[in-house]
Amino acid sequence: MSDHARHLISIDDLDRAGIERVLDRAESFAEISGREIKKVPALRGRTIVNLFYEASTRTSSSFEIAAKRLSADVVNVKSSGSSIEKGESLKDTVQTLSAYDPAAIVIRSPHVGAAKLVAGWTDAAVINAGDGKHEHPTQALLDVYTLRRRLRTLDDVNIWIVGDVSHSRVARSNILAFTRMGARVTVCGPPTLLPREIESLGCDSTVTLDRVQEADVVYVLRMQHERMTQSFVPSLREYAARYQINERRLSPSQLVMHPGPVNRGVELSGATIDSPQALIGAQVKAGVAVRMAVLYELLVGAPSLMAVAG
Amino acid sequence: MSPVERLFSRPGVGADILIRNACVLDPRSGIDGAHDVLIRGGEIAEIAAAGTLPAPGGADTVDAAGKHLFPAFVDPHVHLRTPGQEYKEDIDSGTAAAAAGGYCAIVAMPNTTPTVDTASVVNSLIAEASVRARVPTGFLASITRGLRGEELTEMAELRDVGAIGFTDDGKPVTSAGMLRRALQYQRLSGGIIALHEEDPALSGDGVMHEGAVSARLGMAGIPSLSESTMVARDAALGLYEDARVHFQHLSCVESVHALAEAKAQGAKVSGEASPHHLTLTDEAVRCTDSRFKMNPPLRAESDRRALIEGLRSGVIECVATDHAPHARYEKEVPFEQAPMGTIGLETAFAAIYTELVVPGVLGLETLIERMTAGGALYGLHTPRIAPGATADVCLIDTEAAWTVGENGYASKSANCSFDGMRLRGRVLLTIAGGVIAHRQPMLVASDGGAGPRATGARNRAAR
Repeated sequence: MSDHARHLISIDDLDRAGIERVLDRAESFAEISGREIKKVPALRGRTIVNLFYEASTRTSSSFEIAAKRLSADVVNVKSSGSSIEKGESLKDTVQTLSAYDPAAIVIRSPHVGAAKLVAGWTDAAVINAGDGKHEHPTQALLDVYTLRRRLRTLDDVNIWIVGDVSHSRVARSNILAFTRMGARVTVCGPPTLLPREIESLGCDSTVTLDRVQEADVVYVLRMQHERMTQSFVPSLREYAARYQINERRLSPSQLVMHPGPVNRGVELSGATIDSPQALIGAQVKAGVAVRMAVLYELLVGAPSLMAVAG
Repeated sequence: MSPVERLFSRPGVGADILIRNACVLDPRSGIDGAHDVLIRGGEIAEIAAAGTLPAPGGADTVDAAGKHLFPAFVDPHVHLRTPGQEYKEDIDSGTAAAAAGGYCAIVAMPNTTPTVDTASVVNSLIAEASVRARVPTGFLASITRGLRGEELTEMAELRDVGAIGFTDDGKPVTSAGMLRRALQYQRLSGGIIALHEEDPALSGDGVMHEGAVSARLGMAGIPSLSESTMVARDAALGLYEDARVHFQHLSCVESVHALAEAKAQGAKVSGEASPHHLTLTDEAVRCTDSRFKMNPPLRAESDRRALIEGLRSGVIECVATDHAPHARYEKEVPFEQAPMGTIGLETAFAAIYTELVVPGVLGLETLIERMTAGGALYGLHTPRIAPGATADVCLIDTEAAWTVGENGYASKSANCSFDGMRLRGRVLLTIAGGVIAHRQPMLVASDGGAGPRATGARNRAAR
């Protein structure tokens, strides 16, 4: 890749130093969120397009808030009620939006590789806000940010990612980001929801929570209801019995994270969600500062600021 | 030879050409060395020691010193997209691509719109090929109506009007009972039954090989055993019914083992492998470029090695391209949404030559044998370089390197998994069914002076 990463498509676009630069920048932006007037003029006069082909609350709203706090103009394009619904191709949509000369396009798509394709069709910086089951790099960055704030470092931290790994872009980006930051990652879930050869991403895998006490951090994934009808697991009841993270299985020193939205009483017990060991609220809050940092580094940061892997 | 004609091409004038000093290699004829080959009226008239044949009046002469003359290739697996999807390919463009790749005969698949499942569709294709096809072209009809896997086509009538054989390619015949009926009925109709092997219950909504790369990308995988379990099942059915079965585009080590095992048991089975499965793996998919999306998918390195070994040992009899054109806009979408397929006719020889023959993994003789073996497997003639044989030859400069796609494609489509690759082996001349079907513009007739690479302009200037 070039000396200056123009896009954020994958965690693979960032080495450890690059991740740390984004997080350091996010720390400085977090301060802004504490002010009465939560706005800086960094991106004044620039347009950012949020192109969302999937329903999203926290990712789309936090990108919008992040862009507005940097004084950018924001256009939100959602698949419903737009030309997308009329069958326009992704390429045509992107080229149409690019005619407005946006500084950045934030894209969420149900399809792997969509953000990378978009980067080839536009002069704008492209930020992957989730492409199918592939990656969700800003989620991983905000999760690393949240953990770093709490633990100072991820070096040698033992992180378990629990649940439906197969269908999770968050799991993939987080395995990469956590390990890049020095953590040891174990994925745990029903054998039907662990991809074959997932260990090739640099993690361990297990199908039971027997050793979950070893974890410093338990990162819980959302269990989609449709997985039951597809026979990945026999029932929500059996899933919760085997894989629910709750106060019985955890000691109070273990931290709990979840990318949201949570199915209360399925993958996480209500008591655990509301306990002080849960970082779920901090994660959401971090989303704005980290996305401000990503936008800033891509659009304003000096070429050397966004270091790239390889 | 069956009295029913099964290959069709546009009328052409039999070639009169003297190919001088070529390295002639035809493993079946036992020829391997520098020779002059004289072709008169579309037949091989004479093969003599290099530099000994005088240029006869009225015949072109090509100085082919340093170039290879092979029997032209036969591709038993091509999608011509006609009828119904002529924006992807038609008989003219598809056979132009075949000629540019050194092929003298191709077999088109019936998964068109409508499906080739009635005599009238076969008749219309034959009529079309008889005025448009640049190389002899034959047609498979479907095994089941509309490829639905529910009712047999009128196999006997389809054979009577000229279908070579049968396949539901693009889809498996999922029901063992349905396939068994087709294998039984083959005793009446004749004609090879070629199978696309895939258990849809296992391949599901998969879009690529199931393995480390699909785990990394988060794309649904197609496990190898979705193919190999069906190969094993259908080989057993074929053995039981004593039927002639051909397995299309084998992709994995387990299928090669299943095919070898079936042969050891005495089943009348054969298999093919594609240039892309022989030279690429699922690592290519990491870039999520839809050019690398095909069915069966590119698999692991161990699978690729097993296919090469199968081809070398003869367990896999032939190379078949599965040439599958798609329009640019159809492929310019996220990988999971893109249609399956890569074009391959124009790159088949060069890809395998560059990736397997040059590094010494596969012998050139073996490659030529496997590139031409599809004819006999399908009951068609086998191209031979021998006096009296129809001229089915290709002249290839194995030293010439070229970048795939740099000058476009003869095919209407450009979805080539080798696009942008630097390959060795340029097809200079193809004579198919005795007629010159392809000729590199740079390859001009000479009086023995200028070599094949001299340009027309330079040649004129020299006079």
